[in-house]
Amino acid sequence: MRLILEVWRQADATSPGRFERYEVDGVTDEVSMLELLDMLNAQLVAEGREAVAFDHDCREGICGSCGLMVNGQPHGPQDYTPACLQRVRTFSDGDVVTLEPWRAGAFPVVRDLVVDRSALDRIIASGGYISTATNAAPEALTQPVNKHQAEAAMDHAACIGCGACVAACPNGAAQLFTGAKVAHLAELPQGQVERYERVRSVVATMESEFGSCTNYGECVPACPAGIELDVIAHLNRDFRKAVVIERRGEVPQRTDVPWLARLRGGPWWQSDPGDAGDHTER
Amino acid sequence: MLEAELDRRRTVGPEIHDAAPTGDIRTMWEEHLLNLRLVNPANRRRFKVIVVGTGLAGAGAAATLSELGYQVEAFTLHDAPRRAHSVAAQGGINAAKAYKADGDSVDRLFRDTVKGGDFRAREADVHRLSEMSVRVIDHMTALGVPFAREYGGQIATRSFGGVQVSRTFYARGQTGQQLQIAGSQQLLKEVGAGRLKLHTRQEMLDLIVADGRAVGIVARDMVTGDIVPHTAHAVVLATGGYGNVYFKSTLAKSSNVTATWRAHQRGAMFANPCMIQFHPTSLPLTSEWQSKLTLMSESLRNDGRVWVPREPGDDRAPEDIPEEDRDYYLERMYPSFGNLAPRDISSRAAKIQLDAGKGVGPLRNGVYLDFRDAIARLGRKTMEERYGNLLELYTDATGEDPYTSPMRIAPGPHFAMGGLWTDYNQMSNLPGLFVGGEASFNYHGANRLGANSLLSASVDGWFVLPWTVADYVAPLLGTDPVPHDHPAVTQAVAEARGRVEHLLGIGGTTGPDVYHKQLGELLTDHVGVERHAEGLAKGADAIKELKDDFWSNLRVVGHGQQLNQELERAGRLADYLELAELMALDALDRDESAGAHFRSEHQTEDGEALRDDERWTSTSAWEAAPPDGVPIRRSEPLTFDAVPLATRSYK
Repeated sequence: MRLILEVWRQADATSPGRFERYEVDGVTDEVSMLELLDMLNAQLVAEGREAVAFDHDCREGICGSCGLMVNGQPHGPQDYTPACLQRVRTFSDGDVVTLEPWRAGAFPVVRDLVVDRSALDRIIASGGYISTATNAAPEALTQPVNKHQAEAAMDHAACIGCGACVAACPNGAAQLFTGAKVAHLAELPQGQVERYERVRSVVATMESEFGSCTNYGECVPACPAGIELDVIAHLNRDFRKAVVIERRGEVPQRTDVPWLARLRGGPWWQSDPGDAGDHTER
Repeated sequence: MLEAELDRRRTVGPEIHDAAPTGDIRTMWEEHLLNLRLVNPANRRRFKVIVVGTGLAGAGAAATLSELGYQVEAFTLHDAPRRAHSVAAQGGINAAKAYKADGDSVDRLFRDTVKGGDFRAREADVHRLSEMSVRVIDHMTALGVPFAREYGGQIATRSFGGVQVSRTFYARGQTGQQLQIAGSQQLLKEVGAGRLKLHTRQEMLDLIVADGRAVGIVARDMVTGDIVPHTAHAVVLATGGYGNVYFKSTLAKSSNVTATWRAHQRGAMFANPCMIQFHPTSLPLTSEWQSKLTLMSESLRNDGRVWVPREPGDDRAPEDIPEEDRDYYLERMYPSFGNLAPRDISSRAAKIQLDAGKGVGPLRNGVYLDFRDAIARLGRKTMEERYGNLLELYTDATGEDPYTSPMRIAPGPHFAMGGLWTDYNQMSNLPGLFVGGEASFNYHGANRLGANSLLSASVDGWFVLPWTVADYVAPLLGTDPVPHDHPAVTQAVAEARGRVEHLLGIGGTTGPDVYHKQLGELLTDHVGVERHAEGLAKGADAIKELKDDFWSNLRVVGHGQQLNQELERAGRLADYLELAELMALDALDRDESAGAHFRSEHQTEDGEALRDDERWTSTSAWEAAPPDGVPIRRSEPLTFDAVPLATRSYK
């Protein structure tokens, strides 16, 4: 079939962008959204024109690199599926297909369909982990984990970090992403020690970079990993509890971790550029 | 004829000895640790270490060295450390925990790995791998990896890839993802604490070598195009494997050989480049534009039967081919293992059918994997429970329903056993250059066992490199990283810039992907599942021709001071073209069959790989060709004391 593509072209973060119209012929049903771009790029390169930049890597739905709006929908028309696994067979000959980068204030455009998703990593860097030094771990079986909890942790840990939830959200909120991480670690006994410090810190980072959640739920069908809305409830519950615990003075006031020490003064990467400053370079 | 052909293409250098300590391999690592030098905690911040790659090996090394107090700078070409290709491993990670009463032990994992590698790996290193596997599971559990559990709360294991014990730990079909996420979280923990500097969207273009030591890298900022040097006391490469040289492989699109290949050009030896594993159950190509060979889990072979039509060119739909016209060739050739024959053997058997013109599907490039009998025996529901996701993925990709019509599968290039040569410390022959994970070569010999790749990456990153890097930097106390105006630095930067400008300035008409596809076809034809001397010589010549054409007719659209993915692909392909030549040469040079390297001249009467232990119980480590010369092959003799040499058999 022949498809007409309206593709967002933008030279770099500061240049204005615009839609450009292309035609791709000979598209067969098995072609994925990304292979459609491969076809377009082969055509553009053969004509000596600049190829469309887009993020992609594993092309089997696990790396989370790909992300583009297809006709206004994150990853494409099919729910719960990343762009690399969505095929064009839902389109018909002559259809116009619009391809845009993720739409979110927290994800500035880098070029064409490529955006900067480092804000998600800043959430993780501010507490989305379990602090364990290498070689310090006890024998793994000393801490049995209930099978259902392990399965639930796995459900939440399946997030591929693509950012579709943010792109789908009318508010550009990152609650589904953050909630998934908080819920994953909170389900496991290993995650209990830092549970409430973690949620305070990642929420502070999240709120300083992303919009606020108003429970639209648009994020859920956009999520290729099938993360459920209950992780947001989990996030809110743990956060409220953390605030209460903190007011009672039960959370140790750590000073060795910049993001905790400076929680009240703003997120760590903005607070003191001279010291702990921006350690995530592009 | 072969000798003359070889002498034209390579020379032979002196043998390599002293790569591993001597003594009892069962206590070797512990004793070795005692002999490694230490760095006082207060002095660690005076050392800087560069880690390239943030997969399981890279993230582990970077996070651990940072925790210990070293200044660490980590580089990744991705936008986020989590995306490294370790993320895509599905099945699991082996460890000799012996959580079941099934006779497993450190020594058994060691023996299975040595045998599985068809006796072409280094015994001492493999033993360490098995020993440290135990710590990896403890560590990963502590980091929050949700390993599958039993109802009593214990960690579940499953058996994998033909071994007789249950030692594979898993997190659904996403084990690699979960380990990778845990690793990158530790990396980001160090970033958040202000101890580690992470450079994302930065691609290493060259290694800087000064006075015989690796002292830094040249990296290109993929967004701005700036090419700048970074110097340090030591450099760790954890940049993955090179299977994507075939273009259509199970690897991610950005997987490349540039970091290790550039290091090779700067003096590091490249070991066993011809050793590449073909996975038997990838999806065959269905359209010209299919960009990769998606992997279907090997577990499908538990319930599927592999077959092709008995007669070549049989165009009937599979349902219409009666039983007597079907050839269940794996069951026929390997009655005891049947459809579960090991990877290298299954891939080769499929290739024989394809070559005989019995391939199926529109492009005649696959074999059937049929669930008809399993559905009849177990019911559709059980099949849905066992393989639902995979069968859905197949339907997504092909539009066909594997419940009513057999699935089509084909062998696909998968894992590189070869890589940069290292000693027992994971250090290359260039002092200061460390290598870990798939980028290295030492554990898997001629064939990798299933679920051993996550293991080797984890062991190197978390449990080997942090100790051995310390040993190397310790005597460098009081020295600074090489200044950026050092001639070795300025020259490396100028050369990297020159290369990029050259690529941009060729001004031809053909884009890099077109060349990459052609290279992949040449490799598949000549350096594929089965090789022979004549084809390899022809293939090497054809690759060279393609390389010449590339350098005279390449077109890279756009310019260098921007995000330019065509330029990135062109640079990686330039290195792949050189690697491909060496792969063909190494395959031609290794005049035997071993594991995944199957030379059709060397097979037993019933068609199995025939090793030549007298001549080839060795690793081939290649030095780059001097100007106007040919590559130099050196050999590291291998000894097998703990696991005596034996022939693999799966009949």
